[in-house]
Amino acid sequence: MIPCEGRQKMPTALIEIDKVSKSFDGGKTQAVEDASVAVGPGEFIVVVGMSGAGKTTLLKFINRLVEPDRGDVRVEGTRVASIDAPTLRRSIGYVFQGIGLFPHMRVGENIAVTTQLLGWGPSAIASRIKEMLDLVGLPQSYAQRFPSALSGGEAQRVSVARALAARPRIVLMDEPFGALDPVTRDALGSAYRQLHDRLGLTTMMVTHDVQEALLLADRIVVMSAGRISAQGTPRELMAGAGNSETAALMAMPKRQAERIASIMQRKDGGAAHG
Amino acid sequence: MQSALALLPDYLSRHVLLSGSAIVLGAALGLPLGLWLVRHPRWRWPALAAASFVQTIPGLALLALFYPLLLALSLFSDKLFGFHLPALGFLPSLLALTLYSMLPILRNAVAGLTGLDPAVMEAASAVGMTDGQRLLRVEMPLAAPVVMAGIRTAAVWTIGAATLSTSVGQTSLGNYIFTGLQTENWVFVLFGCATAAVFAFGVDQLLGLIEAGAARRDRVRILIGVLLMGTGLAAALTPLFAGGPRTYVVGAKNFSEQFILAELISDQLRRVGATSERKDGLGSAVAFRALAASDIDVYVDYSGTLWTNVLERNDTPESAAMLKELTSELSMRFGVTLLGALGFENAYALAMRRDRAAALGVHSIADLAQHAGDLTFGTDLEFLSRPEWTALKNAYGLAFKAQRSYTPTFMYRALEAGDVDVITAFSSDGRIAAQGLEVLTDPKHAIPAYDAVVLIAPRRAQDELLRRALTPLIGKIAVGSMREANFMVDRDTDKASPGQAAQFLARAVGLSAQ
Repeated sequence: MIPCEGRQKMPTALIEIDKVSKSFDGGKTQAVEDASVAVGPGEFIVVVGMSGAGKTTLLKFINRLVEPDRGDVRVEGTRVASIDAPTLRRSIGYVFQGIGLFPHMRVGENIAVTTQLLGWGPSAIASRIKEMLDLVGLPQSYAQRFPSALSGGEAQRVSVARALAARPRIVLMDEPFGALDPVTRDALGSAYRQLHDRLGLTTMMVTHDVQEALLLADRIVVMSAGRISAQGTPRELMAGAGNSETAALMAMPKRQAERIASIMQRKDGGAAHG
Repeated sequence: MQSALALLPDYLSRHVLLSGSAIVLGAALGLPLGLWLVRHPRWRWPALAAASFVQTIPGLALLALFYPLLLALSLFSDKLFGFHLPALGFLPSLLALTLYSMLPILRNAVAGLTGLDPAVMEAASAVGMTDGQRLLRVEMPLAAPVVMAGIRTAAVWTIGAATLSTSVGQTSLGNYIFTGLQTENWVFVLFGCATAAVFAFGVDQLLGLIEAGAARRDRVRILIGVLLMGTGLAAALTPLFAGGPRTYVVGAKNFSEQFILAELISDQLRRVGATSERKDGLGSAVAFRALAASDIDVYVDYSGTLWTNVLERNDTPESAAMLKELTSELSMRFGVTLLGALGFENAYALAMRRDRAAALGVHSIADLAQHAGDLTFGTDLEFLSRPEWTALKNAYGLAFKAQRSYTPTFMYRALEAGDVDVITAFSSDGRIAAQGLEVLTDPKHAIPAYDAVVLIAPRRAQDELLRRALTPLIGKIAVGSMREANFMVDRDTDKASPGQAAQFLARAVGLSAQ
């Protein structure tokens, strides 16, 4: 799918972000500065950091929703800048907090939109819609609904189905579950992690929720003020890898976990008294 | 009512053609421009401000402005390409109405396309749509309701404003309104208003049906709306294609006598087997220029008007000498043929109510000058800016307490009611006798003679058929017959239509033997 021109070396990583920088205000401040990340095939990378840390910008370099000022982004060894943007985007799934289902299209048409752009035949599209509804756990009857008749969680399931319908290898997720209630959010998060493993996807997700990152990620990238301040597995980061800022970020879920554990213990104690 | 209905197919079909073309053209220009403005926000404000500005110009003024513009362009294209661009009628009306229809279309297109949910736009890009695909598959369907609302507004405005195109010589439903107002035929005025309103309402409802269909993605609704609209348009436009060729264009200024004479000329043309088309309600100066540009083929004007306005002379020779010089000057300078005088005069004259004149002892304009400081002067809409008024003022030293302008009909009303003391009457006007008015004499001959003359356009100068049709009228119409015919149309009760008055006039001068 991705043309071979511009291939520089055999990739060890599926996505390579190589020393990219971007400023939205003509250089006064850097949204992303000199950031490098490599994502291996099948990896689940989560980028965390405060609001304005440059996480979303970093993610959008990959499908060219944002173009970097300096540096290179490569997918399967090919510079994305050398690939026609719509063609590139059809091969990469994208799920974001705004969901952005097309309100004038039925759920089925929403799911099928990329396959249609790719010129799939009608029967292939129809069976793919069925498959995708099953995959994200929605009843088949939903294909005929309009997005306005869906709950927030259902809508985000449809948008995951839309992102996966054209069988991409890579999925980009920008705060995908941020607007959902905690229960739905947890359920969708773990459901997606299962899909990731089952379909052999390579996922890069952005979130400001450190706990979500710890629970889902193979590897976490920490950003602050446009720079990458730490990278590592959840275990490494929890164990104190990276700078003090990263440690502070990791301290919160740790503290919460300890508190919850202590509440659980106290409850047991109370039961013993009674 | 019967005579109004008889005119409906012609008026309505032209109205539909004009307003329909203007709306389609407005949309064809406004929608792409709106789209471009969405992509180029820097131009948005200037473009929308310009469109809003056009909208603030009164419709009538916008139409009037296009006339001189096209006249200049027409001269230009005549000289350069030998191509005649009509400055009157359909073209100026179409241009003005198109401009008029663009604002709501443009504004709603921009509002509809910029007001879309940014998340949906981001998703459209992220799933791999090109700019064109995003426009066709997402932006247009989502903006459609707002854009359609703009087209509906434009349609209603344009259909209403198209009635004004009568004043630049385009036949429309406005002909009922303008003719009705001039001849105080309120049935005509109401009929014109009602048909225009019903037409606008119908179009609005059908567009609404299509809009609702588009919003609910209901093909049946869209289809019904489009089909009904299509059949309606086709039905309304049939008379245009069934009417056959219209060979001659007969012009008329905006008062009863002109309507009657234009009818008389059309009847004469029919008698020699020619068909004709009418351009009614032209302004005095517009009519002559339109004739010189061959936008109209024939109309009746008055020697004194041509003398002062066209030749810009301020001496006042007697009638025969003036006619002779006019004939040669108009032919030489404009290629316009003065076929001859009809036989009556329609001079500007000052008139007062007989009782009022007697009380003041006023019988001539010289007497009037003594009392003018206490009197109010009522004029038609153009008199005060005409050279005749300057000549009168200078000759007699007239200075009135107040001056008011009216359409001719309301001017007579104002005199009757005592709102004004003196008016500019026309000597052939039936109301002079009917209202018992005293026409003041002009001892210094400050106002020139106003013989009614038939003028023929340059392109028809050698047209034998036209001459054969019109020569029988020359010298035949006595002022008494004309007054009577005028009064038939102007009187308050038992009003005749200009067509009926023309038949009466033809009988009175012995023309309608058949």
